[in-house]
Amino acid sequence: MSNSSANFIQSSLGKKLLMGLTGLFLISFLVVHATLNSFIFAMDGGDLFNQGAHFMATNPIIRIMEIVLFIGIILHIVQALVLTLKNQKARPVKYAVNDGKANSKWYSRSMGILGSLLLMFLVIHLSHFWVGTKAAQFGGTIDEHNTYIEIIEVFHNPLIVLVYLLGVISLGYHLAHGFQSSFQTLGLNHPKYTPLVKLAGLWFSILITIVFAAMPISVYFGIVK
Amino acid sequence: MSHGNMNLTLKIWRQKNDKETGKLVTYPVKDISPDMSFLEMFDVLNEELINKGEEPIAFDHDCREGICGMCSMFINGRPHGPKRGVTTCQLHMRSFKNGDTIVVEPWRAAAFPVIKDLTVDRSAFDRIIAKGGFISVNTGNAQDANNIPIPKPDADASFEAAACIGCGACVATCKNSSAMLFVSAKISQLALLPQGRVEATTRVKNMVAQMDEEGFGNCTNTGACEIECPKGISLENIARMNREYFVANIKS
Ligand code: HEM
Ligand code: SF4
Ligand code: FES
Repeated sequence: MSNSSANFIQSSLGKKLLMGLTGLFLISFLVVHATLNSFIFAMDGGDLFNQGAHFMATNPIIRIMEIVLFIGIILHIVQALVLTLKNQKARPVKYAVNDGKANSKWYSRSMGILGSLLLMFLVIHLSHFWVGTKAAQFGGTIDEHNTYIEIIEVFHNPLIVLVYLLGVISLGYHLAHGFQSSFQTLGLNHPKYTPLVKLAGLWFSILITIVFAAMPISVYFGIVK
Repeated sequence: MSHGNMNLTLKIWRQKNDKETGKLVTYPVKDISPDMSFLEMFDVLNEELINKGEEPIAFDHDCREGICGMCSMFINGRPHGPKRGVTTCQLHMRSFKNGDTIVVEPWRAAAFPVIKDLTVDRSAFDRIIAKGGFISVNTGNAQDANNIPIPKPDADASFEAAACIGCGACVATCKNSSAMLFVSAKISQLALLPQGRVEATTRVKNMVAQMDEEGFGNCTNTGACEIECPKGISLENIARMNREYFVANIKS
């Protein structure tokens, strides 16, 4: 009889809890990230934006949160992998006909694929900006590091803009399901509040997608320069 | 052919036993009355097969009125067919059109191995229920009615959870073959009542552990189960199970 709490994190519900908590944590990071991104629309040649970027690159609390963030992403991805593999093993023989659209949204059934697209995008994204900032941090040139000029250069390439749009849309759909899903996973379901959570999740996903897409688009079309 | 009757093409999963691999076999059926149930249509087909000296199609059924949960059939990609809130035995042929092709498969899950044709072994559900154990009630004289006050909303929610007939449609339709709707219904029906609170902590832990051991998958909250459940068991039960499980693990 499995009675001990030591099994908690091995259990299906324990793994799901970790998935939900890390997912929500990553959402809180997105809010900060999107807010700082929108500083480019101050139209001040990047002053405000660079101040924000400099703060994020030098503040000690943010430095620690960056490490926590990486742990969060790793945990989220590892649990996603473990759970997805288990789920595939739970149905070794597939149906010849399976009418998924009759009972669920396509993106709720595609979280693994959307997440994998996100991961690929994340690697590309980090290679564009994070690597440069890190080099400046460790090279002692962070005070001269101009992230604004960096983004203007990167987003002149239409292919990169396209990759970013695809990444951001994957994120939007991942959140369209994930936001409300994490509440359900944490056990927060209530006839009065769950419809509000679902609505908030949908609008949050749309808003996040628009804000993140706005940067590459407006740089590419020269609205921000 | 009498007026309104249908000719249909059935593609039905045939599998000799749990060892051999099966395949879809095509059977034309003629002159099917729209007032027949889906299972009665199978009876007609089986009678034909027997008369031709062929092996009839094995399928589970018992009550034929939507209460036993035996009639597991995955029809055109949905458990219990295209209608909401019904089991296969309550599905009428008027839900289909003359000339339709209907694909019928068994529940697909590692935890529900195929026994023969459309019948699967759902004893994993029984083992999960058995792990739930008993509730503490004092023996002796019957208690007075209303001796233990129970709020009406709790009693209703418990009753709604108890409506689960253990059919397995939730597992069958879930992309992860997760049994969480079923297990959460069985946990909720007791957790909501004072008589069930006494052993609530061990019950949720043991039932979840057994669920994992049986090889069911992990819920990703797609909500397909709630739509396909013939008894309308709500996702709220899964959230309640999650809460119960987390609290139980904090307590002990
Ligand atoms: C910024 C990045 C990300 C955010 C904000 C995010 C957010 C979320 C949220 C909120 C959930 C719902 C958790 C729950 O239902 O309890 C979730 C689930 C999931 N995520 Fe992510 N995620 C991110 C990146 C990724 C990546 C990189 C992968 C894969 C490599 C991934 C794969 C998954 C999978 C498979 C699920 C499970 C589906 C479910 O349970 O609903 N995610 N994510
Ligand atoms: S929860 Fe619904 S679909 Fe699942 S076993 Fe119970 S009655 Fe069937
Ligand atoms: S045969 Fe009993 S529910 Fe269908």
